[in-house]
Amino acid sequence: MSLHQQANLTVDVSQGVLRCSGNWTVTSLSRLERQICKIKWPEQRAVVWDGSGITALDTCGAVVLYRCLERLRKEGREISWIGLRPEFAELLNLVADQALAIAKMPVDGQPHWVARLGVAVWTKANQAIQAVAFLGASTMAGVQALVSPRTLRWRMLAKSLERDGFHALPIIGLLSFLMGVVIAYQGAEQLRALGANIFIVDLVGIALLREIAPLITAILIAGRSGSAYTAQIGTMRVTEELDAVRTLGISPFQYLVLPKVLALLVALPLLTVYADVLGVLGGMMIAANQLNIEMTEFLSRFEQAIALKHYVIGLVKAPVFAVIIALVGCYQGFQIYGGVDSVGQRTTISVVQSIFLVIVFDALFSIVLNWWGV
Amino acid sequence: MNSPTSSQPAPSTLDIRTFASPISEANTQPLASSSTRPTVLELRAVTCAYEPQRPAIEAMSLTAAQGDILCLLGPSGCGKTTTLRAIAGFERVTYGEIRLNGRLVSSPQHHVPSEERRVGMVFQDYALFPHLCVADNITFGLHRWPAAARRERLRIMLDLIGLKGLEHRYPHELSGGQRQRVALARALAPNPVLLLLDEPFSNLDPDMTVKMREELLQLLRGTRTTTVLVTHDHDEAFAMADQVAVLHGGRLVQCDAPETLYHLPNCPFVAEFVGQADFIPGVIENGKVMTEIGEFPRQGTYQGGNHVLVMIRPDDIRIVRVGHGTARIEYRQFRGSENLYRIRLPSGRHIHCAQPSTHVYAIGTAVELEIIATHTVLFEQSSTR
Repeated sequence: MSLHQQANLTVDVSQGVLRCSGNWTVTSLSRLERQICKIKWPEQRAVVWDGSGITALDTCGAVVLYRCLERLRKEGREISWIGLRPEFAELLNLVADQALAIAKMPVDGQPHWVARLGVAVWTKANQAIQAVAFLGASTMAGVQALVSPRTLRWRMLAKSLERDGFHALPIIGLLSFLMGVVIAYQGAEQLRALGANIFIVDLVGIALLREIAPLITAILIAGRSGSAYTAQIGTMRVTEELDAVRTLGISPFQYLVLPKVLALLVALPLLTVYADVLGVLGGMMIAANQLNIEMTEFLSRFEQAIALKHYVIGLVKAPVFAVIIALVGCYQGFQIYGGVDSVGQRTTISVVQSIFLVIVFDALFSIVLNWWGV
Repeated sequence: MNSPTSSQPAPSTLDIRTFASPISEANTQPLASSSTRPTVLELRAVTCAYEPQRPAIEAMSLTAAQGDILCLLGPSGCGKTTTLRAIAGFERVTYGEIRLNGRLVSSPQHHVPSEERRVGMVFQDYALFPHLCVADNITFGLHRWPAAARRERLRIMLDLIGLKGLEHRYPHELSGGQRQRVALARALAPNPVLLLLDEPFSNLDPDMTVKMREELLQLLRGTRTTTVLVTHDHDEAFAMADQVAVLHGGRLVQCDAPETLYHLPNCPFVAEFVGQADFIPGVIENGKVMTEIGEFPRQGTYQGGNHVLVMIRPDDIRIVRVGHGTARIEYRQFRGSENLYRIRLPSGRHIHCAQPSTHVYAIGTAVELEIIATHTVLFEQSSTR
């Protein structure tokens, strides 16, 4: 870190003397180039370069030096050297012999496509590492909360349960009811043609319990709560509240992430069961209305036809979706830098990403379960 | 008083020690010598880089003893906020180390997260929690305290900031000054080892600023809180700090007591940044500095060429004869307690001169100047400004 070794170029404007000092090597290249960009060149026609302060010179330093000299020569200045060590002078001459090659070297401008590709890959890799680190930190916070439940923010958990679980009941109830209605309507058309009316129970039951109810619940919660998480954390980040939380001795994972993850872990399975009930109710009403299947008949058939496993599979998916939604929402919130305008952007990304991941994991479930023959 | 040391080799190295003692003694500080108090904060050659090769701060070395108020002063983009964020633990360091109460908290290999540093911070926009009332905001950091202790602490903090009776209000129902006090109480409530203030007065109107500055200083002295303050305003730095660190381009330029900084800056940048300063060229001859406005005694330990720049503060010169002389008044700025004149010298250079408020001269008046400087600050003529 010693100062005298850093490459430096100072200009004595009044006397037309340029003094070089320090190590003119590859390590100080960027600093040197930045300095030269800002330098004020002397006005005199005859310029003296004082190279006595140069303690080390490599090809990179020599190229920088050569470019400065060329620039002055083009302006018609006369350059004289004092104090440059002979071995450095030799290197400078060697570099000057390669003048054509140096002129072809890019100074500043668009980097080569390989470089750009490298930067892009590096950025993506860093993002992936960050996401994994976030997952790790969340897991650690979770483990810590399991070991000592007192550190958990119960109030935040209760608030989150109310807002993300209880308040979502009407919309999820209505939508799953309508989904049951839609499936039953579409099925009724086909089944009536085949005369297999009673199979409406199998159709509505399996489709809803196993696939539709968990999926529709997860998608709704992603839109409703996942986006809210991103916006909340992002806004706190922009207003420095997040930093304030940290300086007050509270980890943002404990205060913000964990209560949200736990709340959704509890709420999403419950909401899925609720969606199951209302969806089947919708299907049942259409069956009675369109196919003349009495409700009692529907329910007794339901008991025989629908294996418990469909219900369980639907229920197993819910906690997985919950973790995905909560973590994506929070992660995107922490990714917000700078101004409020990026909050909106990140919120959109958060919703799209969590819905995407929910559907991907749903597909994975189907594949794995099929493979197991369940 | 602290023996000030400049942490960077400067273009001209003045022996500040010999000068600092008489001035500093006049300024009575309620604290004992820094050598008897334990060091709370120590930065050793800290470098932070958002992108490699372009460090936001470089080789930053600072210390603060128990009860000290250290101010980071510099123009915007000089790295003062980055330094503060590195101390708070929001930024990782790429070189060097930070110690709090002797404990290593930041180094390239080791990073203690902010929440385990016990550092209080008041943010520029206060960052109060909008959904919590004043009482909940203040006790936010006390969640592990027993309820009774928490209530007691809240009472003490409300007394301290004088907001008793407002504990059930929400931040949006408070004025700017009240909000700042709540932010301060929130930061101080968990007994931090170090308090960080990020431009604490930038959101207050000027009248309020002076009042809050006094209140805050009294409060910090009263509680003996070690503080690091960030500002771009030298008045604020001078009014509050025991030590002022001037930053420029991510580097520490000078760290000294305010008086030393003003009277004996170690480079032209500091000289200009902490107050009005003009530089006129001079030549050293026979132990005196000859300039176009007269001769200055050659003082300090300036070593360098004979062609120098002499720093002139507006209160270093006086107008003695009006109607004679070769200098002319070009512009007058009325500042209430004084008049600041811009005077054009025969060579075409400008210097500034402060005169009492009642001495009003017309623009264009020829004047003669007298040097009343008690000390001379010299810089090498080629040093970049």
